[in-house]
Amino acid sequence: MIRISGLCKAFAGSSVLGGIDATVEEGKIVALLGASGSGKSTLLRCLNGLETFDAGTLEISGFSLRPGAHDQRTLQALRGKVGMVFQEFHLFSHLSVLDNVTLAPRIARGTERARAEAHGRELLAQVGLADRASALPRQLSGGQKQRVAIARALAQGVSVLLLDEPTSALDPELREEVREVLRKVARGAHSADGAGLTILLVTHEHELAHELADEIWTLSAGKIAGISPPGQAAR
Amino acid sequence: MRVWAVLCLYCVASCLALCLAPAVARADWASVSASGELGWGADLQGGEPYVYESPTQPGEIVGFEVEIADALSRELGVRAKFHQNDWSNLVPSLERGDFDLALNGLEDTPARRARLRLSVPYFVYGETLAVRPGSALHTLAQLSGRRIGTLNQTVAQDLLQAQRANVVLYEGQQEPYLDLSQGRVEAVLLDHVIADRYGCGQRGVQCVKDDLARGTYVIGMRKADVELATRVDAALSHLIANGELRKILERWKLWDARQDELSARAAALTPAPSPSASAVPSATSAVATPAAPAAPAAPLTMSATQLGLFFEGALFTVLISVCAFALALPLGVLLAVTRSHGGRVSRFFATAYVELFRGTPVLLQLYVLYYGLSSVVRLGPITAAILGLGLNYAAYEAEVHRGALAALPRGQAEAAASLGLSRFQVLKHVLLPQSMRIALPSLTNDFVALLKDSSLVSVITVVELTKRMTIVAVELRDWVVPGLLCAGMYFAMSFPLSRLSLWLERRYQGA
Repeated sequence: MIRISGLCKAFAGSSVLGGIDATVEEGKIVALLGASGSGKSTLLRCLNGLETFDAGTLEISGFSLRPGAHDQRTLQALRGKVGMVFQEFHLFSHLSVLDNVTLAPRIARGTERARAEAHGRELLAQVGLADRASALPRQLSGGQKQRVAIARALAQGVSVLLLDEPTSALDPELREEVREVLRKVARGAHSADGAGLTILLVTHEHELAHELADEIWTLSAGKIAGISPPGQAAR
Repeated sequence: MRVWAVLCLYCVASCLALCLAPAVARADWASVSASGELGWGADLQGGEPYVYESPTQPGEIVGFEVEIADALSRELGVRAKFHQNDWSNLVPSLERGDFDLALNGLEDTPARRARLRLSVPYFVYGETLAVRPGSALHTLAQLSGRRIGTLNQTVAQDLLQAQRANVVLYEGQQEPYLDLSQGRVEAVLLDHVIADRYGCGQRGVQCVKDDLARGTYVIGMRKADVELATRVDAALSHLIANGELRKILERWKLWDARQDELSARAAALTPAPSPSASAVPSATSAVATPAAPAAPAAPLTMSATQLGLFFEGALFTVLISVCAFALALPLGVLLAVTRSHGGRVSRFFATAYVELFRGTPVLLQLYVLYYGLSSVVRLGPITAAILGLGLNYAAYEAEVHRGALAALPRGQAEAAASLGLSRFQVLKHVLLPQSMRIALPSLTNDFVALLKDSSLVSVITVVELTKRMTIVAVELRDWVVPGLLCAGMYFAMSFPLSRLSLWLERRYQGA
């Protein structure tokens, strides 16, 4: 569960988030739509502490964040529960696909290598890249890179997944393979055994948002302009 | 194999030397008298009382040898013209024809006599042994196997080597005595002129009363300049006979009992009829015996021992470079990380370190570390060399790594942080492994530069490859073969490194 109340954030005096109040129930998928510069990505980055904020409070996966600088240990613990996928993938170029996926479990969580790798291979199989475990990032296509990034974000057994425009940097013909993986992850979140994965998806792809989300938030000028169930939002 | 390689090198070198040999600009007395100018070479760095710049009138050159050159020129009816020349290269420069006389504390040795035309002596020096107070050392024989300091290319060096002493070579006149008082050497053997001025009477230094050997300063001339040499000998003998030389030496407080030997020694070397000629040989042999070094004629080809010493020098070069770089690399990374990720105070200190070590000459840093701080920390020469070069290069490595870290996409650090890695883990597992790859070409470049910069440590008595080359070159009276061998060895060390670096780059880029 994520609870956002009165969240304000300004960059160099100009307001980016002007008081956001919203809640996401556990296991729900929320899509954030809105024009560029409406504050979607900033909101997402506040949720895992990549950005600090000026006012309001955040509660996420049992952690609460306050305005100003965050405590590093809290952040490290929080990030073990909140995964993030970036628009530009940001795979570690010096590590193989499998090492990209297992780095955090091994280093940050102390999982032993064999276990981390077994789990990493499972995740790679889920995103359809079981055969590319030993490849280096530069040997992958954009779509494959983003699928690895999704596997990497999930590898620590997170309860929240933040997706920041996961298909925007891809050529149109490569987007479908990532969408397919996102559908799979969403089904997992919705599955009966209740993996309980909560997902926030920032996107420009309205169709995808309506297909996957339980709820659609439309952001405009740093405020939530509307919350609606899928299929009913404007356009 | 090695012998053939050296032979081939020598052939190529000799051909080169023949082709490149400069036309001799000056030749014998005819050209001197035609130009009315007698060119003489010396090194101002030799200092008081030889030849040096007047401290009260900058630009004016003074010293007892200046007055001898002037007196000599007056005798010959020409003008004296001073040529500044690095002391260790006086003889090659004379042979090149840069000037007519080498007149700068040149000692009379068989090796020099074989190479040059030497004049009658103008000064008698004694080899003075300086020890620490209470030391039992007072004879040459006792010095065998001990660490003894002296200057390069001196008779003292030959004497010490003949005794199989562990010779420590210095570039300047003050440093050996400083090291003696600090206990880095057990004794210093040098001319009494130097010992009296820079050593005896200093704190922690005591001079043995009796000279361990005696020898003379002479004027060096080219072998071919027969007539000039005859005239110089005649002029000098005249200056000795008429007391003018004595007056000059007295003015410089250099006249002492040793100088009584001058006229006998001069007469012994002059074939012209002289009243005391018959008495001379016995007198010369009596006083000169201990001074004659053990080399009857210097070898002209490189011996196996010299070749071995070359390899030893190369080994020191590698040892010092590798150890210094092993210090510079981690320290540089630490400084770079501090500058890019540290707090304000630590950032300030890291920046200050880089600017200080990058902004001052490494030679100065070596001097400060070895001599300047010797009363605080007494470092051995090798340790000081490694530390000095390592600390200096760390400043450069810091900048290389700072640049490499800054070149990484910002998203790498963010992605790693978003996975819950600590700042240290982000650096260790994500940023540094990648920046190291970016820095690799610069690192190789710096290591190759360090290999060559390591020759600077000869100022703190370490005999590495370049220093060994200069020593052997002087012994062989040839710069071409030792020079080419030295260059070849540096190349053999640096070239594989460049290849290794290229290979690593290609590997990491997966081309």
